[in-house]
Amino acid sequence: MATATFKGGIHPPDKKELSKDKNILPTKPPKRVVIPLVQHIGAPCKLAVSVGQEVKKGDVVGTPEGFVSAPVHSSVSGKVIAIGDFPLATGRMVTSVVIENNNREEWTSLKDNPDYIKLSPDELKAKVRDAGIVGMGGAAFPAHVKLSPPKEKPVDVVILNGAECEPYLTADYRLMIERTQEVVEGLKILMKILGVNKGFIGIENNKPDAIEIMKNAVSGEPNIQVCELEVKYPQGAEKMLIKATIGREVPPRGLPMDVGVVVHNIGTAVAIYEAARYGKPLIERVVTVTGEGIKEPKNLMVKIGTLVSDLIEECGGFKSDAAKVISGGPMMGFAMYSLEVPVTKGTSGILVLPEEDIVHTDGFGPCIRCGRCIDICPMGLMPSMLSVLSEKGFYEETKDYNLFDCFECGSCTYVCPSKRPIVQLIRLAKSLVKP
Amino acid sequence: MADIKKEHQLIVSVSPHIKSEETTSRIMWSVNASLLPAVVMGAYFFGPRAVFTVAISIITAVLSEYIFQKALKRKIAVNDGSAFLTGLLLGMNLPPSVPFYIPVIGSFVAVVITKQLFGGLGFNVFNPALIGRAFLLISFPKLMTIWKEPTAAFVQLDAKTTATPLGILKEEGLSKLMEVFGDKINLYTQLLVGHRAGSIGETSSIALLIGAAFLLYRGYISWHIPVSFLGTAAIIAWIFGAKGTLFAGDPIVHLLSGGMLLGAFFMATDYVTCPSVKKGQILFGIGCGFLTMLIRLKGGYPEGVMFAILIMNCFSPLIDRGFKTKVFGARKEGNK
Repeated sequence: MATATFKGGIHPPDKKELSKDKNILPTKPPKRVVIPLVQHIGAPCKLAVSVGQEVKKGDVVGTPEGFVSAPVHSSVSGKVIAIGDFPLATGRMVTSVVIENNNREEWTSLKDNPDYIKLSPDELKAKVRDAGIVGMGGAAFPAHVKLSPPKEKPVDVVILNGAECEPYLTADYRLMIERTQEVVEGLKILMKILGVNKGFIGIENNKPDAIEIMKNAVSGEPNIQVCELEVKYPQGAEKMLIKATIGREVPPRGLPMDVGVVVHNIGTAVAIYEAARYGKPLIERVVTVTGEGIKEPKNLMVKIGTLVSDLIEECGGFKSDAAKVISGGPMMGFAMYSLEVPVTKGTSGILVLPEEDIVHTDGFGPCIRCGRCIDICPMGLMPSMLSVLSEKGFYEETKDYNLFDCFECGSCTYVCPSKRPIVQLIRLAKSLVKP
Repeated sequence: MADIKKEHQLIVSVSPHIKSEETTSRIMWSVNASLLPAVVMGAYFFGPRAVFTVAISIITAVLSEYIFQKALKRKIAVNDGSAFLTGLLLGMNLPPSVPFYIPVIGSFVAVVITKQLFGGLGFNVFNPALIGRAFLLISFPKLMTIWKEPTAAFVQLDAKTTATPLGILKEEGLSKLMEVFGDKINLYTQLLVGHRAGSIGETSSIALLIGAAFLLYRGYISWHIPVSFLGTAAIIAWIFGAKGTLFAGDPIVHLLSGGMLLGAFFMATDYVTCPSVKKGQILFGIGCGFLTMLIRLKGGYPEGVMFAILIMNCFSPLIDRGFKTKVFGARKEGNK
């Protein structure tokens, strides 16, 4: 069968072999967690605890302000020992709650409700919202917002994003292998909330076992279909994924719901299942700790707020030539200057690159107009023109070349033979002109 | 605990954190390498003099780029292979017996005037090697059109002068060409092998096709320009190639003679001076093919590839503008 895909894209080496066979293991209980009040796109949360207060696992420490927001919960039981500004992996400082772990693992009240699927769509949606679930693929968009499409935009398809197209990362892959049924249940809940009867799971075909397992799991579900996708970056970008799985094209600057689609990540689906069934808030997630610079690559179930330094230690520490630590994948992740940074709901991986893999970008050449970036741009843009215009200071003119349709996947910068910082020049232009 | 000392040494830079291994200089040197078979065949047929001509052309090109960059305190970038390529292409486009000052002048015009004065690699409007050759052809028309009979003997220094197949075709027609080469099969074979008069690097079609196949295989060039260029030229040659009657021309002779293959695969495809959008490249190729045949059949020169490409170079920016890519999703507005 021909595998589905979109036009453009790149084929970086996927390097999944480092961690793909590593079962998801729980981390050692962290001594303390740092829980940022901003772990999502949207309004920051309002502080709900004070220094000295005892909290249990699942207690709310930050309440959402505004619709596009999601509550944050304590991931350990213990005592709030500090509240202050701490850096995120992006370098941004945000108010965070530091909780000392008493290792008693006391939960706030959780209730198992095996009949969860009988709840009304609104009740289920409320559970998703209260659990503070956000998109776990990296962008961290509050999940309940996607589940509330306006009336004029009827949704008829839900797609689960199992592409995991970033090289190295295997968190979603492990979830599909180890918690197959929960992924399917999560999708069914999403379909119920949105009232649709078409569900798809898109998986790149470098994960043949995941495709097979998922196919078996949905063999009795006539409404759910597993879609094999070509291995290609950025296959997991929402618009690309929708094009590849069902052939619809989201219009420029549009949202998936403009073509009747809602896309959620694999990890998000599992979290939604746990929220619907047990009322369990999003306080832990799978993080792939990998790269040639770490001693033992692992897939870990990590409590939100655990510091990256703890994860590095858990994985045997750095190899001697470790040089760069990235939160997320190598294409869109953020290099960190400090390891005292907490894992948040959007942290899909910690990637440690050794010195020899570091691309030093100082000193790039002129654009030789080879057109590679144009050929591979998944959005059909002309990155070469955008970068040249931005470099010369013609920021306004970049709009003639659809500046704001770029979602910064970085493919252009990956392929550029002159090593031009194309996506950075595009970001610069974006920051200097109004849409 | 993670090593604290290490932490302060962490490298922080922006995404993407991985890059392809392709570099500008790797591309340029690969193109240089792909031309090697044609140069070897040129050396074989036209003797050591041809090798010297190409060598001088390359040396002048690289040196003038170096001196210019040094003088203007620009970054010295001669090792990117692009000046070498310009020199190589210019040398390949010269008759085998030109005086040695000819490639020197040509390379200087190509590298300094056509490329560096416009801002260097990436900023030139015209293909430097072709401007170099056009300058020489117009300034030294006699010297630039003395063609040598190929000898296939590397030692023989003084070969007979003769006309190129295209010259014969233009002046005396296809029947005379047949007469010179014997029969059609022999004509095609000699054109393929390169046993004919012409510029040093343009004669061996086989050698050029091997180099072109390598570039296509490695993805350094795409089919768009060569196919539309050669296709257009072939169709026009077939329709209008014979005198007095339509659809009787010999497209194969046209494709295999003159600088058609060298131009279509190695010069029209120059990244800097051709359009960068694939659809636009097809139009560019069609334009090149059309102009080449217009000049060959109706113009004052037997050969038209050089002027055709140079003229189309002017249109590249305009073509890129006209064939601007369509943004994802824009085609079928509100599709469902």
